[in-house]
Amino acid sequence: MESRATTQPATRTAPSLVSLAFGRTRVELLQFFRQPEQVFFTFLLPVLFVVIFGTIFSDEIEGPAGVEPVPFSQYFAAGMIAAGVMSVTFASLASTVSMEQHDGTLKRLAGTPLPRSAYFAGKIGLALTTAVAQVIIILAIGVTFYDMSLPSEPGLYGLFAVVFLLGVASCSLLGITYTRLIKSANSAPAVVQPPFLILMFISGVFFVYSMIPAWLQGVASVFPLKWMVQGMRQVFLPDWVATEDYGGSWQTEWVLVVLVAWLVASFLIARFTFRWDRSGG
Amino acid sequence: MHPTLPVHARDVTKSYGPNQALKGISLDIVPGEVFSILGPNGAGKTTFIEILEGYRARTGGDVTVLGVDPGQGTAAWKARLGIVLQSSGVFEKLTVEEVVGHFATFYPDPLPVDHVIGITGLAEKRKARCDTLSGGQKRRVDVALGIVGNPALVFLDEPTTGFDPSARRQAWEMVDGLTGLGKTVVLTTHYLDEAEHLARRVAVIVEGRVADIGTPREIGGRERATARITFRREGSLASTPFPLELEHHEAEGLVTLPATEPTAVVVALASWAREYGFEELPGLTVTRPSLEDIYLEMISEAPATGSKE
Repeated sequence: MESRATTQPATRTAPSLVSLAFGRTRVELLQFFRQPEQVFFTFLLPVLFVVIFGTIFSDEIEGPAGVEPVPFSQYFAAGMIAAGVMSVTFASLASTVSMEQHDGTLKRLAGTPLPRSAYFAGKIGLALTTAVAQVIIILAIGVTFYDMSLPSEPGLYGLFAVVFLLGVASCSLLGITYTRLIKSANSAPAVVQPPFLILMFISGVFFVYSMIPAWLQGVASVFPLKWMVQGMRQVFLPDWVATEDYGGSWQTEWVLVVLVAWLVASFLIARFTFRWDRSGG
Repeated sequence: MHPTLPVHARDVTKSYGPNQALKGISLDIVPGEVFSILGPNGAGKTTFIEILEGYRARTGGDVTVLGVDPGQGTAAWKARLGIVLQSSGVFEKLTVEEVVGHFATFYPDPLPVDHVIGITGLAEKRKARCDTLSGGQKRRVDVALGIVGNPALVFLDEPTTGFDPSARRQAWEMVDGLTGLGKTVVLTTHYLDEAEHLARRVAVIVEGRVADIGTPREIGGRERATARITFRREGSLASTPFPLELEHHEAEGLVTLPATEPTAVVVALASWAREYGFEELPGLTVTRPSLEDIYLEMISEAPATGSKE
């Protein structure tokens, strides 16, 4: 009866982390795209925002004398890209990971040899894919219907990539960390959405940032969204907007510092507080 | 450390604050057997199993599972375990084939996916999404995910709860199939007939202690337990005095008497009946207590005494 065990020494090597991470990402994408309502709300909401705000606020933002005004849709779409990234990373992961903590999915995976990092890699792979798709959709609608223009300087595309990737990474880890505060699977939306909505308001996604009271700007500056919005506006808007709205400069170095700080902090907190099983009592 | 035994536990304890959930569990499970762990809810079964599976840390005692301390279990160790949990209803959007195939990629030496789908009776449902399956079919997916890694040791936690009788029979055949592959199976169940049918040995855990370990036939002294004889006093038998100096009980003609030597009692009763013209003792039955009777007796008396010894 034991012959199988003894005649088969451990010559077969364990699957590599890279192949497992891709396998997990594939399964995450399959599960995501097979839930039409989830796909619909993930992509429709930012699109609706762009359409509604682009239609209602069709006027332009006037700068100081002698500069070209900026269409509000351009201003808004840049912020919406940042908010969209946070939505598909922070908000989506906090909800879905929390659900998997409570329904036993994570417990089941923890009982297999799958490395824990492969699970997170799959989640971030899903977040990255949906974030890319969302950016493409927002840009396509903005450019086609709302006179949005794309940056002309190649350097700004580099900046876009850095802010985008740092935003995806830090907000994904933040979402995973945030699951610690979600006590039951049903309460996830109630615990996740209100802080996210408040952040969207005080980070100037929907308004011209300089209209927000200074003390609220101070609160927003602690969190990553304000800096992602600021980074995206640097990519899509002329420099005079920084002078008007962000106190003189785009503060690119601060955008990077704050996002990296959130990335590191979220990773460390998740490392020590993340729960693999909250399905039991 | 026991490299040859699938499970080796000595004086395993677990405390949650002042509550001692496990008060010292010792047992060995040998290769190729189906070992069933029985016990009422709250007796510590799940705690003990989850310590073996590596989900929980123990407070004291020694455990090795496949020669490894489960508290130090590596991925290579987990690759040799198959864990079938109680919960199900996940991976709803994947097909049976996709989810079993996905889990197969976690292991260095998995069983062929087609084979696993076949032996779990899911061949017809391989292309079906999990959210379209019945409860019993979902449970089979759970089992398929537990065995696809070709484990040496399989934990089955209440594998047939909620099954109809024919689905249970099929599940039993599946477990028999696992032992046919040389696997060791640790089975927890609430169904005593299931343990009796499948398990080579059972352990009864009560109040965090092992009340007894043995084969289903001998556990709790079942083989030596007092038999019970019943028959009816009909016709002339009813009007004659009872022939034996034995404690007995009679109600509406039905006689019940315990017997430590039932054969001798039946012989004596038969010759008495023949005197009064009965070749057959009317309605004769001789029964030993079922595993369930023994089990219920063990779980009702054990808490009072604390331990069997």
